[in-house]
Amino acid sequence: SRPHRDYCVLGAGPAGLQMAALLHRAGRDYEVFERESAPGSFFTRYPRHRKLISINKRYTGKANAEFNLRHDWNSLLSDDPHLLFRHYSQAYFPDASDMVRYLGDFAQRLGLRVLYNTNITHVTLDKDPQAWNGHYFILRDQKGQVYQCSVLLVATGLAVPKLVDFPGSEYVEGYESVSVDPEDFVGQNVLILGHGNSAFETAENILGVTNFVHMLSRSRVRLSWATHYVGDVRAINNGLLDTYQLKSLDGLLESDLEYLALVKDSKGKFHITLKFLLENSSNQSADSIPLPQDDNDNFAMRVAYDRVIRCLGWKFDFSIFNQSLRLSSGTEFSKKYPLIKASYESKGSRGLFILGTASHSVDYRKSAGGFIHGFRYTVRAVHRLLEHRHHGITWPSTQYPITQLTSSIIRRVNEASGLYQMFSVLADIILLKENATAFEYLEEFPIQMLAQLEMLTGRTARHGIFVINMEYGKNFSGPEKDVFYYDRSVAHIEDAWMSNFLHPVIYYYRHLPTEQDMRFRPAQWPLPRPVAIHHIVEDFLTDWTAPVGHILPLRRFLENCLDTDLRSFYAESCFLFTLTRQKLPPFCQQGYLRMQGLSSTKSLRQHGVESRLLQDYTAMENSSRWLDDHSSAPGPLTQFLDSNREEL
Amino acid sequence: MNQSTSGSSITSGVRTQQVKKTDKSPGTRIQPQLTMSSGLRVFRAGVALVLMCNFYTSTEDSLPELSPQQYFSSLQPGKASLAYFCQDGSLSNSLFLEELKEAIRPLQDYGISVAKVTCVKEEASRYCGEEESLMKAYLFRGSILLREFPTDILFDVNAIIAHVLFALLFNEVKYITTLEDLHSIENSLKGKSNMIFSYVEAIGTPEHRAVMEAAFVYGTSYQFALTTEIALLEDVGSENIEHAHLYFFHCKVVSDVTEHCRRTLMGPPLAAVEVHKFVKTMEAPLLTEVAEDPQLVSTIHLQLGLPLVFIISQRATHEADRRTAEWVAWQLLGKAGVLLLMRDSADVNIPQHANVAFRRAEKDAPVEFQVLNDVELIISHVKNNLYFEEIQEDEGEDMEGPDLAVEDDEVAGTVYRDRKRPLPLGLLVELTEETFNTTVMASDTLVLFYATWHAVSMAFLQSYTDVAVKLKGRSTILLTRINCADWSDVCTKQNVTAFPMVKLYKEGESPVSYAGMLGSKDLLTFIQLNKISSPVNIASIQEAEKYLRGELYKDLFSFSSVSVLGLFTPAMTSAKECFQKAGKQLRGSVLTGVYSEDDAWILSNKYATTLPALLLARPKEGRIESVPLDTTPVQDMVQILANAPLEAFPEITVENLPTYLRFQRPLLILFSDGSINPQYRNIVLALVRQKQLDLFTPCWLNLKNTPVGRGVLKAYFGRLPTLPQLLLVNLHSGGQVYAFPSSQPLTEQSLVLWLKNSQAGLENPIILSAQEWSPPLPAFDFLSMMDVPTSRAPTKKVLECQKEAEVQERAGQQPGDKSTTRREPVEVLRIKHWNRSNRPKESREPFHHDKEL
Repeated sequence: SRPHRDYCVLGAGPAGLQMAALLHRAGRDYEVFERESAPGSFFTRYPRHRKLISINKRYTGKANAEFNLRHDWNSLLSDDPHLLFRHYSQAYFPDASDMVRYLGDFAQRLGLRVLYNTNITHVTLDKDPQAWNGHYFILRDQKGQVYQCSVLLVATGLAVPKLVDFPGSEYVEGYESVSVDPEDFVGQNVLILGHGNSAFETAENILGVTNFVHMLSRSRVRLSWATHYVGDVRAINNGLLDTYQLKSLDGLLESDLEYLALVKDSKGKFHITLKFLLENSSNQSADSIPLPQDDNDNFAMRVAYDRVIRCLGWKFDFSIFNQSLRLSSGTEFSKKYPLIKASYESKGSRGLFILGTASHSVDYRKSAGGFIHGFRYTVRAVHRLLEHRHHGITWPSTQYPITQLTSSIIRRVNEASGLYQMFSVLADIILLKENATAFEYLEEFPIQMLAQLEMLTGRTARHGIFVINMEYGKNFSGPEKDVFYYDRSVAHIEDAWMSNFLHPVIYYYRHLPTEQDMRFRPAQWPLPRPVAIHHIVEDFLTDWTAPVGHILPLRRFLENCLDTDLRSFYAESCFLFTLTRQKLPPFCQQGYLRMQGLSSTKSLRQHGVESRLLQDYTAMENSSRWLDDHSSAPGPLTQFLDSNREEL
Repeated sequence: MNQSTSGSSITSGVRTQQVKKTDKSPGTRIQPQLTMSSGLRVFRAGVALVLMCNFYTSTEDSLPELSPQQYFSSLQPGKASLAYFCQDGSLSNSLFLEELKEAIRPLQDYGISVAKVTCVKEEASRYCGEEESLMKAYLFRGSILLREFPTDILFDVNAIIAHVLFALLFNEVKYITTLEDLHSIENSLKGKSNMIFSYVEAIGTPEHRAVMEAAFVYGTSYQFALTTEIALLEDVGSENIEHAHLYFFHCKVVSDVTEHCRRTLMGPPLAAVEVHKFVKTMEAPLLTEVAEDPQLVSTIHLQLGLPLVFIISQRATHEADRRTAEWVAWQLLGKAGVLLLMRDSADVNIPQHANVAFRRAEKDAPVEFQVLNDVELIISHVKNNLYFEEIQEDEGEDMEGPDLAVEDDEVAGTVYRDRKRPLPLGLLVELTEETFNTTVMASDTLVLFYATWHAVSMAFLQSYTDVAVKLKGRSTILLTRINCADWSDVCTKQNVTAFPMVKLYKEGESPVSYAGMLGSKDLLTFIQLNKISSPVNIASIQEAEKYLRGELYKDLFSFSSVSVLGLFTPAMTSAKECFQKAGKQLRGSVLTGVYSEDDAWILSNKYATTLPALLLARPKEGRIESVPLDTTPVQDMVQILANAPLEAFPEITVENLPTYLRFQRPLLILFSDGSINPQYRNIVLALVRQKQLDLFTPCWLNLKNTPVGRGVLKAYFGRLPTLPQLLLVNLHSGGQVYAFPSSQPLTEQSLVLWLKNSQAGLENPIILSAQEWSPPLPAFDFLSMMDVPTSRAPTKKVLECQKEAEVQERAGQQPGDKSTTRREPVEVLRIKHWNRSNRPKESREPFHHDKEL
């Protein structure tokens, strides 16, 4: 009677389409439900001033596609190189309509199954022991059509604007509806509520024609280049900081909006007053309402405003979810987000996952999980978890001999975009095999689920693990930080642990950390205390391939964790070791003994002899017992010991 | 002695005030009492030092307080005295007096008395001064004023002692500022005396005090030179100049003025006890010959806490070993004692193949006998095992720890050094994401998958380029490369998970991965043998005969010594398919052909075998052998084909040793310097035919072709034995190496008997080391660094710089001295440090200076 899908995706925005693409390629039974008639409906309206602040860096000087994704913040992941955003816009900060066009092409070229004009208005739970998660999700749309799903993937984003509720809030205009024509603001005094990017975007648009713009928020302004968080105020939007600090009449203020009230005078202007002043007034006449400047004639907001605009961001729409789903918001800190685990699954309902912007609570104010260039990777991680949970397909991994350990890490830290963008959220995991002869490499696993790695991936972690993470220095990010101080960069490899800029950090554990270890890890640490830790020193070029500065210290770290010698040797050296020792270094075992030894060339051998890394056996003498006979002055320096005891 | 001369010159240069009462009695020479015992007996006149100071009430009476009259009347001729004059009732200089009290005892040990002289207001003495700011300390010898000191340069006990001794020893310790000064002193000492040269950051530092105290003790034996010029130290060749340095210049043994004095840098931080130890080791014999139990040998080094290194020698190689030992002794001078231990005369039981022994300085420490292949290993063994205790500095890092930035990976190190040499990469088509598929489909293509940051890849790229040069214009296969650091997706799609990898793409076929040596020779063989299909189809009996004689595909036989021909009747389809699969699997390494016509029986009759069969042809040797197949499965067939190139008595090389090790049998290996004696070859081959060597892999090694064999022999015997040398090497169980006695003639009988005795355990073997391959060096312990609640390094460096500046300012205020300290700005130092830490450093010893003065 009602259609059944294994996977139901709510929303055909970037996150929903990303999940659909992954399910599609895996041949799964899925459907996407989109309220509008085309994908990416959010971007048909927002941002209001049509300029995306996700960068479209089309040139990096490198050909590596994975590396280039580090600087392409708009593309979704697919196998089709034509579906990269660089083909849809040449602008560094693209126009939002390009995103709409891109998402439409993405869905169409990949043949994604999207049901348009379908607005899911109600979601409820139906228990069924036969179902994958012990229940089905029952979805109903605006026409009363009912759908049944085994797994529900909610990718609706943050769809509900945050409102204000104080006396006079009915006079406040909203970001979603305010005019974007600067001409409508000529010669006006404007108050903007909010200190986020949408607030600054609005201010940027009008500050050239207004008398002044004041911006009011509960907290101080947070600059993204100081916090290293892409959701804070971007430089492209921060023109008002310039006019404020250079005394050009614009300004920032901090106050809790709950204490405020807005009063409209007889001329239609708005005055800021305090709520308790309004409540204490018995007179209803607007002109006689007490104002703060009546007591304090220096009150900052004593000026009358022509317009008040609310730009306070969005929050998750919980209204369509029935109580049986137990989908609720988190703590006070993240009321706007649903409560989810670090695997992006709802804490209240098994099989319900939050994808995309709404899943940002996992890494709020840290990584990029609320933006395309973050959640395209977390969606992929969720897909891998689902493949293992419901289809027995273990997390993808590559098996290597131990001699490739250094190389596999160097390769990933230099090209992996997921590690780079979702730093300290997704990490690569190396699972060592018995006796450290080989290892398995897993990419971009959710770091906070480390204790459940075996259950979630189907892989075993029995002989030790490495975790490869990217981190900023512990005291280098924050709204009040001076991130341009002298000596901010670290260049010496022995000081690598003090690196400030994003740099690779490798943790070594002999056993998989437990949930208890994860819970009680040291403050400000992304992971529990390891047996050993290694920092690859920060690099100005983000190129960690320097033989001495990056690769050599990493090899030493890995060698000491595994108690083995990971150097590479030429076939000649392996030959010598084979005939003179009972044991061989791993490189000789894995290569030379398998008839794949490395020959040197004349030039390389010469360098080796000069640097004493190699011996020149053709020049060896016959008469001395030592490989290197050093002549020195004869005779007089030698004395015969018979009674040469000296007393101090 | 220079004593009277220097005294006279000082007198003539300094105006002195005559005291009222002149002591005309002869001076008394007093022997100083030192805290350190010394083999030298030093008589030195004491000197009096006068201080002016404020009246100071002290709970201790150790600092005598005298009036000027009392003080001057107490002066003794020839005795040094330090006096501080202070005004009665004026403000106290309590900090200085505290330091001065601490200095009393050491100065007294040097025979220098200390006193505080209180001046009353009407005192007419010139030393009392007229203003409070002019309070000073004065150094007298008898009643002669030697030096006056502002009290602000005597800022602590070390500064007091340093300045006083410096004034006293001004002629014994020459202050120099230029390299020419150093050369001048050095030349004047050659053949006569040794020199101790020191750098300190400033006059008055604790290191300066240590140097002066050493000069007080040894000033009559060695010439001392001192500098505060950092540039001079850099000219001498020092790096990492962040602390005081002390060099011993061995000038006495230099007879030729054109020859440079050898220099030994003192390793531990500059402190008085360490200087004393260091000088003692310089005085000890460089090398001592002993013929007794090393456990009972006692030298001054043990008493100084230094280990002993015994170079084990014997009569036959005595001269060469002595030269080696002397070289080692110079390298370890100041760190260990080196002795030449004669094996022949010693009664003690020395392990047969040991060539070196170590003994720690601890009481009853056992002697450790070792076999080390390289003299450098002796040096590193002493250093790495920390035979002498490191003195932990109060601040900063341990400068003597292993340098973790030294590249010890021979591939990475050599590739790095060769990085600027251009390769003829134009001969290799560089593939990209766009061009990969079209290129490999257009023609037969060989692709090297590599990464530019991967050292092994870049080493092999050189060999790959060599192949391209050899094949230029003469190959139908296109040689290409793709950088997986740029085109990661392409490499992933081609299932390339490890670098470097070579794949051959032929039209209509799956790509073939190259599985041979990463070198030009084997790769060239792979390319050539892939010119034809594997197995190649033979069309007629005549063609088959040509193939077996090496006339068909003649050019390919220079790359393969053996070819395999599979013989089948048309009805034997399953056997033929097995053979074809096996041949395909081994393409590029074995030359295979297949003949399956009705008249195949003609060949099987001729070579005395039954169909199906393999014919193994060695055209160069004119031999053809047959192998019947019957119902051999594919994998066994692969094994037969893979073993086809193997020989009964092969020459072992670096390239083929792994092939023969697969049999897991002991190697019976004959080492030869050049071609092998045919007589020996015949003996071994005869035994092979008699099946008496089935338990072994008989082979031989030509040192001309495989020079590294010398390293193998030296590892076994410590020297190169008389060649040829027959060895039995058991690598797979036990690591025993048996040497055929050189006194015996090699015959079939003696060889068989020796092998039986070896297997029965009647011969004494060399046992190969079973040591695990551990990390060569430790890693940075960032976990511990992160635990220490410390200020950040840049701040620390700034603080250090400020401290140095303060010391400089104080020292600079001393008039008359040439003490100036030049500190380079922090930026320059950081740049230097940056440059050094980003360059692979030499693995050799830092004290091994090649630089010529």
